[in-house]
Amino acid sequence: MLIITCPWCGARPELEFRYGGEAHIARPADPSTLTDEEWADFLYNRTNPKGLHAERWRHVHGCGRFFNAVRDTVSDFFVVTYKAGETRPDIAGDQAK
Amino acid sequence: MLDTPSSAGHSTMPVSADPLASLASGSPRRATARLTTLDRTARLVFRGRESAIGPAGEAFGVALPREACRFASNEGRSALWLGPDEWILLAPGAQAGPIAAAIEAATAGLPHSLVDVSSRSVGIELSGPKAAFVLNQGCPLDLGLGRFPVGMCTRTLFHKAEIVLSRTAGETFRIDVWRSFAPYVWSLLEEGRRELD
Ligand SMILES: [Zn+2]
Repeated sequence: MLIITCPWCGARPELEFRYGGEAHIARPADPSTLTDEEWADFLYNRTNPKGLHAERWRHVHGCGRFFNAVRDTVSDFFVVTYKAGETRPDIAGDQAK
Repeated sequence: MLDTPSSAGHSTMPVSADPLASLASGSPRRATARLTTLDRTARLVFRGRESAIGPAGEAFGVALPREACRFASNEGRSALWLGPDEWILLAPGAQAGPIAAAIEAATAGLPHSLVDVSSRSVGIELSGPKAAFVLNQGCPLDLGLGRFPVGMCTRTLFHKAEIVLSRTAGETFRIDVWRSFAPYVWSLLEEGRRELD
């Protein structure tokens, strides 16, 4: 079973988690000033990288907290997990950073 | 066992009846993994900001543990860490009302929430040298004493049901499960115990 490290609870089985989509996407402060294209970009367009991807996870059957992870979408390897609100960590070879 | 006779017909049982009464009364004895229902317990979920955490624990009589996945006990009452701002408070045999009133008085004006969830779940105890083995039939955690020591608690899964699992002694686990899932969890624990014959 895939093991995911919750920043609060430590290493836990994948079963206890839910995926939450790409991380670090800030909701526009004033949506009414955006063009339709800008709003659609916020709602729908994601980076979808082949490689390192920062994404949200929730330890739903554990502490219940959302946190962020950098996962390699090719190997499914979790490079690092970190608490919500923290910036994406520096990782060697991370081209999105 | 609770006060509802297991011989009562299902339709005549009160809504608050023990959902495990009939299953528990027919449960075979197995000393290597004893399975029992726990007495009625007052349960309160407390969530709060930093300023409210200390006073809440003081009013409850158990300091709320700040270490992840740990519980603290004092005079029969326990406070279980469920998340960094979330605890479940257990007071076996007590009424939730006066406890809630005491905590509300101590945390007045401080940002928090306190919810009485006494009837939401039921308690099951599993104990004996094979208790961890039986739990691991449906729980994916490492239940070795080094990784899941006495005093540890956590939400996790038992098969497809969410449970709150705590280790109260070396060979004793307490399971708290939402009452509608309780027969499912109990029956699968029984299935695990059949391995021991
Ligand atoms: Zn967690």
